[in-house]
Amino acid sequence: MDAFLLSRLQFALNISFHILFPTITMAMGWFLFYFKLRSNISGHPVWMRMYRFWVRVFALSFALGVVSGVTMSFQFGTNWPGFMEKVGNVAGPLLGYEVLTAFFLEATFLGIMLFGIRRVPNWLHTASTLIVALGTTTSAFWILALNSWMQTPQGFEVIDGVVYATNWKEIIFNPSFPYRFVHMMLASGLTASFLIAGLSAYRMLKGDDKLAPKLALKTATYTAAVLIPLQIFAGDMHGLNTLEHQPQKVAAMEGLWETTEGAPLLLFAIPDEESKENHFEIPIPYGASLILTHELKGEIKGLNEFEGEHPPVAPVFFGFRVMVGMGMLMLAVSWLGSLYLMSNKDFPIWLKRTFAGMAFSGWIATLAGWYVTEIGRQPYLVSGVLRTADAVTQLPPANIALSFTLYLVIYTVLLIAYMGTLMLMCRRAVEIEEITTEEREVAKAKMQPTAPDPSTV
Amino acid sequence: MFENVSAEMLGNIYVGLLGLSVLLYAILDGYDLGVGVLIPPRTEAFRDDMIASIGPYWDANETWLVLAIGLLLIAFPEAHSEFLQTLYLPATFMLLGLILRGVAFDFRAKVVQVKKRKWDMVFKYGSLLTTLAQGYMLGIYVTGLRTDIWAQGFALLAAFGVTAAYAFIGSCWLILKGEGELQQKAYYWARRGLGILAVGIIAVSIANLTLHDDVRDLWLSAPWGYVLFAKPVACFALLALCGVLLKKLPEAQGKGEWLPFFIALLVFLLCFTAFGISYYPFIIPGQMTVMDALSDASSLRFLLVGVVIVVPIILAYTAMVYKIFSGKSEKLSYY
Repeated sequence: MDAFLLSRLQFALNISFHILFPTITMAMGWFLFYFKLRSNISGHPVWMRMYRFWVRVFALSFALGVVSGVTMSFQFGTNWPGFMEKVGNVAGPLLGYEVLTAFFLEATFLGIMLFGIRRVPNWLHTASTLIVALGTTTSAFWILALNSWMQTPQGFEVIDGVVYATNWKEIIFNPSFPYRFVHMMLASGLTASFLIAGLSAYRMLKGDDKLAPKLALKTATYTAAVLIPLQIFAGDMHGLNTLEHQPQKVAAMEGLWETTEGAPLLLFAIPDEESKENHFEIPIPYGASLILTHELKGEIKGLNEFEGEHPPVAPVFFGFRVMVGMGMLMLAVSWLGSLYLMSNKDFPIWLKRTFAGMAFSGWIATLAGWYVTEIGRQPYLVSGVLRTADAVTQLPPANIALSFTLYLVIYTVLLIAYMGTLMLMCRRAVEIEEITTEEREVAKAKMQPTAPDPSTV
Repeated sequence: MFENVSAEMLGNIYVGLLGLSVLLYAILDGYDLGVGVLIPPRTEAFRDDMIASIGPYWDANETWLVLAIGLLLIAFPEAHSEFLQTLYLPATFMLLGLILRGVAFDFRAKVVQVKKRKWDMVFKYGSLLTTLAQGYMLGIYVTGLRTDIWAQGFALLAAFGVTAAYAFIGSCWLILKGEGELQQKAYYWARRGLGILAVGIIAVSIANLTLHDDVRDLWLSAPWGYVLFAKPVACFALLALCGVLLKKLPEAQGKGEWLPFFIALLVFLLCFTAFGISYYPFIIPGQMTVMDALSDASSLRFLLVGVVIVVPIILAYTAMVYKIFSGKSEKLSYY
């Protein structure tokens, strides 16, 4: 294998592994802030118990996100030197702002959030929780600004083959940025919701009949039920935006080879790049045109208009279907769960199992979505400006093969360890006694900022 | 903003910032890597307390590395790609080390007892892999990214030197943060680390003189020569003082426990500035100057706005966190 393919594989591996964890922490930061607020307002210890359990999940996810993120900042230089040489004047400051305004904030205040409750006043602990949530969101803002700029670049000029920034406002608020940012934040909200609901359901299946998992399951199910229609709407808007700026990506998503008026929506097909046609199509007539142009006979450009300039079709086509399919499943499950909750009925065991089984469903949808948008940008690294092949390193392939293998082994082990540890934490939480009413009174009386936390059991 | 800041000045500002980040990284992640390297395989109580002492800090400490490598990438992209492509494998090993130790820290607190020891060992050897790789990279970097056998030898020396320096500052941190038996042990580690570090500084200083003719000329000429020779001398005076302190302090009932760490900090500062003065204006010694590698000035001006506003804030809240968690470390319960 050559340096190009290996570098792409390695980068894909690294970023796929990395994105799993920020996707959780971005929204879980806000969940924690909510738990903390509820605890401050009601004083009921269950909110603090929830905070305590989920802040540990947060910390573990955050650590995995940090360490896998550090490797990303090295890979720009090691494997993709052409990226910084050509577009570094735009990418550099955006990355710089991310480190300065988000990374330090998150990492520093996380310390207070995790270990500081006995050392700082309660308001500062609450504020730290808020700051960490703001930090993760700010981080997403900058990195998605850069990613969106790579998809829909503007606000620059090219002199002697090098990109120079001319308008930072245009660069940051480039056409696809608002859509991508909202789409990603909602994706994070759904991922965290299904993780919280799933692990809480798992605890209940293991015999945990305390209040904390019930309340967490309820909060997360309602959150998911509200977010999923918003996400479907945001995704639709994002799709329209992509149609305007990157029609070749949409053509690949739809598996459409010839420009068509009244293009069908393909529920399934096997795209064949050799013969430029699909096999085993299951079409809904006019569906794609209706969704994308809001007209039955609307025209959609086909892949053949972008000869040599369009992405590989199959991964984009299937990635899109996995993402949408997962979204539909989330819609069904979260609404069904909400129905049970609203009628004050306990979840039947099969529904608990469904939630537990979907604990990591957000990961699948998020990864599939990112594959659509990132592979959909190929063969360009920066649309119309820099081809991926022109940015790659001249390193000996053997070295990249070695590092790729090592990353693959370590990330596999870590992923298994991460999921295993979360399950273990759930099973252990089952054994912890619920706080009784008397204890709660004692707890309240002792609720001085400097005193040891009374809810420690 | 900053329209009147010349490219040359920007180069100096950014190389200064880069230097500050590297120095802060070396000190801050230095002590927590050092604590990791010192983790004793057999005594579990020590391991808990040692890891508790760095609990609230390590995430933020490591962020200085992200800033440093980010600044190199942003302000000096050619140097970044030259540096990291030459040092591809050591950089990979360093990253693997950082990954392993970073996650071990969190995993150990959440798993069953049997597995906890395994994660502790992952933490220890991940830290060791990181410090060795960093020292090796530093060594190769100082030679101007040479890869011949002499440079390799020098880099190996630097790998051990850096590991010793981190272990030393780590043990000084434990003197400051630890109590009882752990603190006694930390005094012992510090005394041993001190000797190794002193030998390391002599060896690196001499090797440094033979590497680049420019550097040797600088060291052997006035006025910088005086400054530069004053540094190793000051280092040794400080280390000697530290040696005396390390013998006396255990009896001083807790007074002056911060002194060894403070001295370690000064030694780091002296060594670092000696390197800085020796190699300026090169960003890669003997190969590429700051101005050769500098990226577009207008982009750097745009980022400078953020730097001027945010860096003081970062320093302020970092100081706040150190104040909040000052004093002896507590058991690391997630409260």
